[in-house]
Amino acid sequence: MSDQVTASLASRIGPEMAEFAGVVGDSGPVAVVGARTHWHVGGTADAGAREVRAPSGIWEHEPSEMTVRCGAGTTVAELDAHLARTCQMVPLDPVDAAATVGGVLACGFSGHRRLRYGHVRDLVLQTRHVDAAGKVVTAGGPTVKNVSGYDLPRLLVGSLGKLGLLAEVILRTLPVPPAAQWLEGDGDPFAAFDLLYRPSSILWNGSHAWILLEGDPADVAAEAAKLVSAGFDPCDDPPPIPGAGRESMRPSDLRALAGTGGEWLAEVGIGLVHRHEPVQAAPVSSVNAALMDLLKQRLDPDHRFNPGRRAW
Amino acid sequence: MILPSRSAVLVGYGRGVVSEDAAADAALLADLRKVLGSRARDNDFERGLYSRDGSIEGSSPAIVCLPETAAEVAEIVRICRRHGRPFLARGSGTGLAGGAVPVGSPVVVATAKMDRVVEVDTANRVAWVEPGVLNLDLSRALTPLGFYFAPDPSSQQVCSIGGNIANNSGGPHCLAYGVTTAHIAALEVVLPSGETTILGGVEAEPAGLDLRGLFVGSEGTMGIATKAAVRLTPNAPSVRTLLLDFDDVSEGSAAVSAIIAAGLVPSALEMMDQRAIEIVEAFAHAGYPTGAAAVLLVELDGLPGGVEAGVDIVREVAQKHHVGHVRVAADDEERALLWKGRKNAFGAVARIKPDYYLHDTVVPRSKLTEVLEKVYRIADAYGLIAVNVFHAGDGNLHPILAFDRREPGVDERVKAAGRDIVAASIEAGGVLSGEHGIGLEKRDYMGMLFSTHDMYTQDVVRETFDPDGLANPLKIIPTGSRCSDSFHQHVPEGAWV
Repeated sequence: MSDQVTASLASRIGPEMAEFAGVVGDSGPVAVVGARTHWHVGGTADAGAREVRAPSGIWEHEPSEMTVRCGAGTTVAELDAHLARTCQMVPLDPVDAAATVGGVLACGFSGHRRLRYGHVRDLVLQTRHVDAAGKVVTAGGPTVKNVSGYDLPRLLVGSLGKLGLLAEVILRTLPVPPAAQWLEGDGDPFAAFDLLYRPSSILWNGSHAWILLEGDPADVAAEAAKLVSAGFDPCDDPPPIPGAGRESMRPSDLRALAGTGGEWLAEVGIGLVHRHEPVQAAPVSSVNAALMDLLKQRLDPDHRFNPGRRAW
Repeated sequence: MILPSRSAVLVGYGRGVVSEDAAADAALLADLRKVLGSRARDNDFERGLYSRDGSIEGSSPAIVCLPETAAEVAEIVRICRRHGRPFLARGSGTGLAGGAVPVGSPVVVATAKMDRVVEVDTANRVAWVEPGVLNLDLSRALTPLGFYFAPDPSSQQVCSIGGNIANNSGGPHCLAYGVTTAHIAALEVVLPSGETTILGGVEAEPAGLDLRGLFVGSEGTMGIATKAAVRLTPNAPSVRTLLLDFDDVSEGSAAVSAIIAAGLVPSALEMMDQRAIEIVEAFAHAGYPTGAAAVLLVELDGLPGGVEAGVDIVREVAQKHHVGHVRVAADDEERALLWKGRKNAFGAVARIKPDYYLHDTVVPRSKLTEVLEKVYRIADAYGLIAVNVFHAGDGNLHPILAFDRREPGVDERVKAAGRDIVAASIEAGGVLSGEHGIGLEKRDYMGMLFSTHDMYTQDVVRETFDPDGLANPLKIIPTGSRCSDSFHQHVPEGAWV
């Protein structure tokens, strides 16, 4: 029976994987390119690195399984459009939908609805990446629940391709909520967060807040009424989210930014401040940095992947 | 509550495993006693107590330690390193895959005395807790503040948060809210090097690689968690629980897929087959329809509009699939009664046979009927009784093989049937484990899901944390796929390999 199992597994690894692995090869520096929407995150890749692109395409989507399998080079716009046909979504929500799925995951950047839907790494069920030896590695599993083996997918999300190059992912999909409404106002966004049950997003610039409610129409209306009583008014989309820098802090630390701004937009309840200028990454403790360096050393001993960019 | 099978199935490990060198044990104990005093123990009673978990495996530890602080844990790990002795963290021992079975005469580090809720930080919606805090105790402590800890394994009355972290545990309500890893913001851990560090963080985007995500679910092979920042989930304003019965298992399974396809994400969507219904009803007296082929227990929570709309959708879908009755719990008491049956189903199996082996695989929802039929056929072929109580909403099967170990040769039949169930699940596009982990039980099945190179890569990552192979050795990765052979030195003659 186990031979049959192995055979059926092998047949699930598509030809696109082998082709990408062949292009990455087993020697020489390579830089993986998505849509260049996050190109300066972690610094610029060395000019000498050969550029490679992960395969793209939506290869499997079974709506009742709530999963989708696609190439890491697929754009988020394409994925969104495909899933929308069955009223499903993967709330990656990059600032620019031209971004690729692999790019968003490599950066580990959750979108503005993280408050409701969680971190992007919690949407990833299985990864296939090409390692420094040019081989395809599968980790995680295709089902919505899985604890088979070490959680390499979570390690790869946010690793900026320093450990391996994402080639294919299976993502968890969610139903598109039947109703959505933004509200805005000068009320206290922290008090609003406590007032609401699982809002989707609370954006705040230090004096003005935009709040997204999603769900059943009756619930959205009832929650919106609470906000109207607190001085908020229904509105269209919020202002664009600055894309140049992300400053990370504890959610409670955001309060100290009251009255300091207008140029930035913070995610209340998350602790993320989006800025128009790059933000220096926080330092990693020496113990953790040693572990990260060792992981890099063991998984990419010749430092082939994305030289010049730093994930820590 | 999941109770260990009352009698051990002694398969695959040497009896009376003892350390090769009694003098080495004595020296190790003396060093541990300098730190822990009488909380480092080597009496036969306690070594016996910590020799097993909720699985059917067992092996004896050399010494049992009961630390009270993270500093003591770090000291234990450093002492173990000096003595070249493996160590193994243990919570409540309810794990079902043998992850807490001590292999290689290790030092067991029991976290039961580290059971403080250190800080509830509602401003950041996290609570800092020690690993020995029990899952349900935590949610009970949080309820008055308007929150709970979402992962709810069936063993939640007795299982520890540390164990939940080690196994990345799930539970019925993980369908909507995600498994443990989604609810852990940060971890204080003692690494196998003896150093203490914080992985992850309460801040939005902790810098660098997600070592926290890697550690959760690593079954104690990357160190010992001494404190965790767990995320607080707000209590749902409205909850509805429905019981649906079907004359045909395939209609019940089809209803599961149809509910999900209708755009609902119930907070729980559980299924029980006919045998399960009978034994649970005899025990819980919850009014489960004992004549039905299958029941679905569906829970919807959230704001009232969505919940009531969801109830209507579930009714409509169920009727399309020829549901017998739709029972909606009228109040919290009735809701608790319906759940009582589900959460205690495993213990109730003792009504059929004295022993059971609880399995855990995941299959695509669309394959539930097909794989369930295979499970029954496999059990029949091996002369065993299969009972199915499981998380249908995420395709997470829990076939229970009921048996009586006094029957000659039954151990081998139970193990062989288990292996066939795993193989059938993987052939249907599933995985090895949804929430119990790999441990010892499924270690040698990893090759059904992963290539040798996949497993080698996982082991490279493990070895980065534990180059000497001292942290809960020989778990998860099968021996043939490991990077180094250094671990062999810790394995006594005749022990598990």
